[in-house]
Formats: sequence, structure tokens, C-alpha cells
Amino acid sequence: MPSSVYLCLSRAVFLVCFVNPLIMQGLSEDVNEIQDHHHHQQKENLTGLPIVTFRWHHVQTPYLVIIWVFVAGLAKLSVVELSHHVTSVFPESGLLIMLGFVLGGIVWGADMAQTFKLIPPTFFYYLLPQIILDASYFMPNKLFFSNLGAILIYAIFGTCWNAATVGLSLWGCYEAGVMGDLDIGLLQFLLFGSLIAAVDPVAVIAVFEEVHVNEVLFILVFGESLLNDGVTVVLYNVFDAFVSLGGPRIDAAEIFKGIFSFVVVAFGGSFLGIVFAILLSLLTRCTKHIQIIEAGFIFVVGYLSYLTAEMLSLSAILSITFCGICCQKYVNANMDEKSVTTVRHAMKLLANGSETMIFLFLGITAIDTEIWVWNTGFILLTLLFVFIYRIIGTFLFTWMLNKFRLVPIEVIDQVVMSYGGLRGAVAYGLAAMLDEDKIPEKNLMISTTLIVVYFTVILQGITMKPLVQWLKVKRAAHSDLKLIEKLNNRAFDHILAAVEDICGRIGDNWWTRGWNRFEENYISWLLMKSKARKNRDYLFNIFHKLNLEDAINYVSEGERQGSLAFSRSDEAANVDFKKQFGSEFADVMPNIMVDVSNYELGIEHFSVTSIVKDTIPSVSLDIHGQDRKNAMDDINAHHLLQQHLYRSRKNHRHKYSRSHFSINQNEDEVQEIFQRTMRSRLESFKSAKMGVNPAKKITKHHKKELMHKMSNGHTDSTGHLYEDEVDRAVGREAGAINSTFMRDMYTMGAGIENPVFLPDMDSPAHSPPWLMETEAVAPSQRAQRRLPWTPNRLRRLAPMRISTCSTDSFLMADVSLTLEEHDEQPQTDSEEMRPVFD
Amino acid sequence: MGSTNSTLLKIPNVEVLMQETGFSPAHIIRLHDRFKALDKEGRGHLCPQDFGAIKELAMNPIGDRIIGAFFSPGKETVDFDTFVKILAHFRPVDKDRPKELNSPEPINSRSNKLRFAFQLYDQDKDGKISRDELLQVLRAMLGMQVTEEQLESVADRTIQEADLDRDDAISFEEFRKSLEKINIDNLMSIRFLR
Repeated sequence: MPSSVYLCLSRAVFLVCFVNPLIMQGLSEDVNEIQDHHHHQQKENLTGLPIVTFRWHHVQTPYLVIIWVFVAGLAKLSVVELSHHVTSVFPESGLLIMLGFVLGGIVWGADMAQTFKLIPPTFFYYLLPQIILDASYFMPNKLFFSNLGAILIYAIFGTCWNAATVGLSLWGCYEAGVMGDLDIGLLQFLLFGSLIAAVDPVAVIAVFEEVHVNEVLFILVFGESLLNDGVTVVLYNVFDAFVSLGGPRIDAAEIFKGIFSFVVVAFGGSFLGIVFAILLSLLTRCTKHIQIIEAGFIFVVGYLSYLTAEMLSLSAILSITFCGICCQKYVNANMDEKSVTTVRHAMKLLANGSETMIFLFLGITAIDTEIWVWNTGFILLTLLFVFIYRIIGTFLFTWMLNKFRLVPIEVIDQVVMSYGGLRGAVAYGLAAMLDEDKIPEKNLMISTTLIVVYFTVILQGITMKPLVQWLKVKRAAHSDLKLIEKLNNRAFDHILAAVEDICGRIGDNWWTRGWNRFEENYISWLLMKSKARKNRDYLFNIFHKLNLEDAINYVSEGERQGSLAFSRSDEAANVDFKKQFGSEFADVMPNIMVDVSNYELGIEHFSVTSIVKDTIPSVSLDIHGQDRKNAMDDINAHHLLQQHLYRSRKNHRHKYSRSHFSINQNEDEVQEIFQRTMRSRLESFKSAKMGVNPAKKITKHHKKELMHKMSNGHTDSTGHLYEDEVDRAVGREAGAINSTFMRDMYTMGAGIENPVFLPDMDSPAHSPPWLMETEAVAPSQRAQRRLPWTPNRLRRLAPMRISTCSTDSFLMADVSLTLEEHDEQPQTDSEEMRPVFD
Repeated sequence: MGSTNSTLLKIPNVEVLMQETGFSPAHIIRLHDRFKALDKEGRGHLCPQDFGAIKELAMNPIGDRIIGAFFSPGKETVDFDTFVKILAHFRPVDKDRPKELNSPEPINSRSNKLRFAFQLYDQDKDGKISRDELLQVLRAMLGMQVTEEQLESVADRTIQEADLDRDDAISFEEFRKSLEKINIDNLMSIRFLR
């Protein structure tokens, strides 16, 4: 690993070194001059047709841009691939900044001047929008809006507090003479305070994503950082206007206008964003036939909302934020599933890319002799005040909020919140935008801002993780998606609403419910496709998603093994069962134990030891009469599975089309499955009729026995359902054998009830599981009663796994189980057994 | 202050009630006012009809179940004590309350909150959420948007997720385990006005 990292790094550095002379040449000389020169040269020297010419300045700008993008990509790669000792301590953002120092050093060394730096227009127009759009588009809306009050308080009042206190304190210290002779007035200090006030979303996301704090804390910090950017830009503009107005001309009216403009700019921006979100949602209602580009609309309209707000001098950041937050639900529902995926990936790509660029260039920018103006008092005091007032502000506003919050914000969380006040590129961008004519000490402000950014991103970023661990901050619970959780969340909402009604108070839940009803009745009706509205129920979508996941896992696992024989060593299975079931479920044990021990006796012939090992002797005794038949069943089941396992034909069609992906491959599969099923039906029908297969009688007998033995009988009813289904499809005669197999699997709790492997796949209406995105639900929902692939359901599969044997990869996927135990077992076991089946 | 005390004095056993539920006197008075407002005929107890008169509650898909939770089996009325005790389930958990070793579990504890939710499903009170019971709740909550077959498969899947002993029903223990990762304190608490 490290060698590849160094390779990457050296490659990146080499690349920069190599490209730089060209760049220097391009930039340092006057472009016109070169062009003239070039033309001149060409005319003069044109003695024959040149085969190739070197035309650097033709491509100069895009070439430079793309080279830097490429370098940023390599930088990210090298940072991520760096050994884990480093990445576990340093946050990625800090590392990128430091790598930026190095790259900047190289550029400076080659150039003896600062050639590249982050300039505000690039940052605000090309790098920032997609990051904000990404953050808002993936905002967990429910969490965000349920904490909106707190977020707004922090974002608006917290930012104003920071700006005012930092500005005023610095001014106070300046007046006290700590900073020596500087040309800064009170207004300039306030302006500086406002640009340094805001917590930066880019830095916050970068650091907090790595520490996994609990979701409420995350949404508070994150939401605050997102919204206060808008606020800080507005504040900055207001103070900037004040500064240009000049001190003496500011009276009460101007101040009032400033406050008013603050409100208009902030809320106007948000409103504009909502308007664009509505537009976007309406647009995606009718993009059905241009599916391939509909994903692009999200980016275009989002960016439009940003630019429009900028044009109207409203808050662009707030505009794009609310555009993303408001449109996500409708856009996701309206668009095709593939487009949704496209948007998701493209969004992440853009945001991640620009984030990398930003941090890298924040580092590169530092290597410049011009901007560095050192004033110890100013810089150190700024650092101190920024840090201290953030803490004071957080505790102050949290104290006020906690009086009203249902679940108060804990002290530990407050510490993390105040410590997470990372400043970032927005502050730098604003500082770089300062007008040198009005603010003589611009460079001091820029260098101070940079130092604050480096200090917070690198130092606080590094110490954040240890702090979170040391304080034992509640972490985010990593959990799988669970239907029962979602179901109960819904139930809890209803319960709370009802209890509030009973208590007779109009509370949060009343508002939420009112909004939900309004949203469902009117807004969804307006903004959502009717089809999307119909099958949109959240719970059902979760269910659908889980099903898809299962199906994918199931199929890919089966394919990986070459067959769908999930197996593992029975030794391990035994151990596993006992562990998981424990004695409390002893009543279900017999069934499983029967199967397990059957297998042991029937195939492996080491009956004595296994019986001795078996803790339930009564069951073991039962077995002796049956082991032969069971072995037969197992073999048959194995063949059945193999027959029905669809392997796609290898004729992939590579039809090129700009507007479509591959054209309905599903039809092929359906056709194939249909044919195979019919063929196998025919065969089994024949064999049954001719009496070729003697298994029929035996299996029937076996079936009865089994049924008899199933004393608790809770699966009986479903067993019948199976039988019905199969009989209907195949006919009684031929169905006997199949249904026995099925019952066998089922009653054992054996779990292969995925419809793909059931023989009743005759009509297209009975679609296989991979077609489940269509509106019709997969045919045998009863078959899904026990889905095969959920970790806690794995034991349902166990008997099946034992009876058909191959290696244990299914279980391997489920690492949490007893991995070590299987590690040695499977190979030997399966090798021994294979001949039996082949 | 005088009026507060006189209202409090009218409520029997108010000290014990406050001790048990953790409500402050202001809470109790507010709830008592509400109780009287619901009890239109002034009988001193509430009937299911009184709850039914709350308009929003009638629109709540599982409103009738929640009303049902106020009435212990076989009883047609609920008095103020029970009323307050049931509502106390929804008080936020107070962290700084000193833990006494021998004190009974407070009504608003996590498992009691869960127990309340559980019994909304478990209508036949056999300690298990059967498939049918779950299906009824699902039907109420998902409503028209989903077909009956889809509902069934959702119900099956849900049971399957939680069902550890494979009896096709969710016992309270299983229910509790399956919701282990959910922050019940947040989701099952409301802010009572003082």
C-alpha cells in the first residue's frame, strides 16, 4: 500500500513540475505578444506544410483547469491511500491543505511567484454551488425540520453574535493599543468579524463525516453551518456597504435599512430557492421521454437558482440550499429510478471533487509572500476571540434553547458543537473579495483568515476525533434498514399526535401533522406524477427496497458459487444453531435437528459420533428410518435447483444509443425462464406418468411422516397454500414430487422460498424477483414469508445449506457470525462430499 | 398561588400521583383542567365517547386504539388518576432525577414507553403481536395506497425481522430487541405545558 501511495504522490509532483514551466511560460508573458510572435514565426518559417505544431496558448486555459482538476484528483487519491495510521489521526481536509502547501511550494519554487490561487469568483461560482446543492439535496429532511428552530437560532443569532463580539472585541483591543499602528476603524473590524463568523459547511462536513456523532448533534452543526453561510454573506454585504458609506454618514435610518436588507436578502433567497424547487419538481413531472437527460435538470436548475439569487443580490447560498431541500422528495419520486441514481452519484462526484479542489487550493494559496502580513496582536487575538466567543455563544444559545427543547442538548454535545466551529473557504473567499481601496489592511485580514482556517481545520480537525472519543459523545448507531423500525416510527408519530390531542395542546406534532396533510393533499398533487403518488407510501418503499436488496444478494451469491447450493459444514451449523437458538427455543429445535442429523447420518456415515454429540437423542432415534430417503431428497432438490437456476446467455447486445441504455433485457430472461420451466415440467410430467421415477411414492410417504411429526404445526396452513399453488400450475400428478420438495424445504424452515426457485413460473404474470420494480408484486408473496437473505434469518437457510453442499461463502458474507469456526471446515468437507452429488 | 393550591387540594391523592408520575403541580393542574373540559357532563370520569369527541383524534388512523389504551379491560370509564398515569408515559425521561435503588421503575421509562406502543398492536392482550394484529395496524396506517396483498407481504416481512423464535408473532421481548437502536426517548415524548 505505501509504495503505491508514494508512487501516486511522486507522479503528482512530477506532473506539476513538468507542466509548470509551460504554465509559467503561458502566464508570465503577454499573451498577445506570444500570439503575434507565433504568427510571425509561422509566416516566416513556413517553408512547407507543418505536420504538427505546438499550440499551447490555444488550449491554455482549459488545459490548466483540467490539469489542476487532475492533480486534485491525484492528491485526493494519495491522501486517501495513505497508510491508515495517518488517515486515522488526520482528517482528510487537513491533509489536503498540507498537500496544498507542498504543491504550492513546488509552484513557488519553479515560479518564484504565486501563480495559482483560489480567487473568489472561481470559488463562489464554480466550486461552492455544487457542494451546497449536494448538502441540501441529501439533507435528512425530517431531522432538519424538526430541529429547524435550533438551527435557525444558531445560524442567525449565533452568527450575528460571533460577528459582533469578535469585531467589537478586536476593536476594543485595538483601541487599547495591543496591535500597534493599524489603519482599521470600527466598521472594518465589524466587517472582518462578519466574514470570520461563519462556520463553514465544507470543513464541517469533511470533519464530522469521519467522526460519526449522533444524528441530532450532526444536524445541528451541519444545518447551522449551511444556513449561516447565507447569513454571513448577507452580514458581510451589509457591513461592506456601511464601510463604503463611511462612518459619519451612517444614521439610524441606514442601520434600519441594513437590518431590513438583511431580512429581505435572507428570506428572499430562501423564497427564490423554493420557487425554483417547485419549478424543478414540475419539470421532472414531464420528463418521462427524455430520461437520459432528466438528471441534468437538477444541476442546471439548482445552479440557476444560485445565479438568479446572485443576480438579484439575494442570498445565493440560501437559495440553492432551499432549492435542494424542497425538491428532493418530488424529484426523487418523479424521476426514473436510474436517473435518481445518476443524480446521486453525479452530485457526490461534483461535491467531493470541488471539496478536494477547495482544500488543496486553500493550501496552495498560502505559499505567497505578498499576502502575508504579520501582526501578532491582531492574529493571535482573532484566534482567541473566534474560539472563545464560539464557545460562549454556543452555551448561551443552547441554554436558551434547552428551556424549550423536548430533549435538551447535553453539555457534552455543546462542547463538541463549539469545538466544531471550523472556519473554511467561505471566510477566505469573502476576505479575498475585500476592496483594497476601502480597507487598507486587506492583506492582514486575508492572512489572519487563512491562519484561522488552518488552525481550525487542521488542529481542531485532528483533535476532534480524540475529543469525541474522550468525551464519549453519543455516536450514530450504525444500523441496517429495518422495516419494523420504520413502521414503529410511523406508529409513534400517530401516537404522539393523539396524545397531544388528548392533552389539548397544539404542539409540534400538531403542526407536523397539519403540514403533512396539506402536503399530501395539495403539494404532492401539484408536484408529483400521479403514478408516483400512488405507490409512494414510505413504508412500502422501504419494503420494496429491502426486497430488492435481498434479491440482489441472493442472486449474486448464488452466481458467485456457480450454483445456488448454499452450504456449510454441518459441524459449524450445529454449533451455530445451539448458540443462536439457545434453550428457550427448544420447541422448534427438533425440526432442525432432524434435518441436520439426517444429513450427518445419511451422507457422511459417521453416525455414532454425531449422535453422541447430538443433545436431543429422541430426535436422533427418529432418524434411522429416514436417512436414505432424505439423502435422495437432497440430491433431487439439488438438481431441481440447478435446473431452475437461470444462467444468462452470453450474447450481450452492444447496441449503441445515446438516449437509451440496453433495451429491455428482461424479456429475454423471462422467455428463457419460461422455456426452461416448461421443459422441466414436461419431463417431470412424463416421468410421473410413465412411472419412471420411483421417488414419488417414497416422497409422498415421507411427506406424510413429516407432517405427522410437525407437532407444533404452525406452518401447516402455508404449506397448503404452497401445495395449491403448485398443483394449480403443474397438475396434481406431476406436482406431487415438486410439492414435496417444497414442503420439505418449507416445513424445515429451510428458507429457499424465493420464487425463482419454485417451479411455478409458467406465466409472465408470475414475474421473477428481479422484475419486482414493476407495480405488480412478486407472485408468491407467501413465498416471501421467509426471505432467504437477512442476517438474522440465516439460520432458516441452514438445513438447506447442509443438505446441498458446497463452500460456505453465504455465511462468509455474514461476517458477524462465527467466522473463525468455519474457516477451516468448509473446504475439506465440501471436497469430501462433492462426489456424492456429481 | 392560592388558586393553584386550592385546585390541587381538590384532587385526591395528588401527592402520590405526583410522586408516581413525576408531573409538577403545574402539569397536574393543566391536565386536570383538560380532564374537566373533556368530561363534559361532569361525572368525574371519562368515557370512550368523550375521547371520540376530540375531532383530530377521530381522524387519527390508530386513534381508536390509543383511546382503547386508556381503558383497562372490562372498564368503561377512566378516572383522573389513570388518565394522568397513562399520559405520564409520554413525559420525557429526566436524566438528572436521582436514581434510588429500590424505587419502582418510573412510568416514563424506556421499556414502559415501549410497552405502551406494544399494547396498541396487541389487541387481544396475549402478549404477542400476531400477523393479523399487525396487519390491522398496517391497514390503518398505510390506508388506500397499498393493496391488500402488498400489506400482507409487508406484515410478513416485519414479523420476520423481529421474530426470533419463529412463532410468527412478535412477543414483547422481541419487540423491544428489534427497536433497540431507536431513540425511544425522542420519539415517544411530548412536551407538557406547565
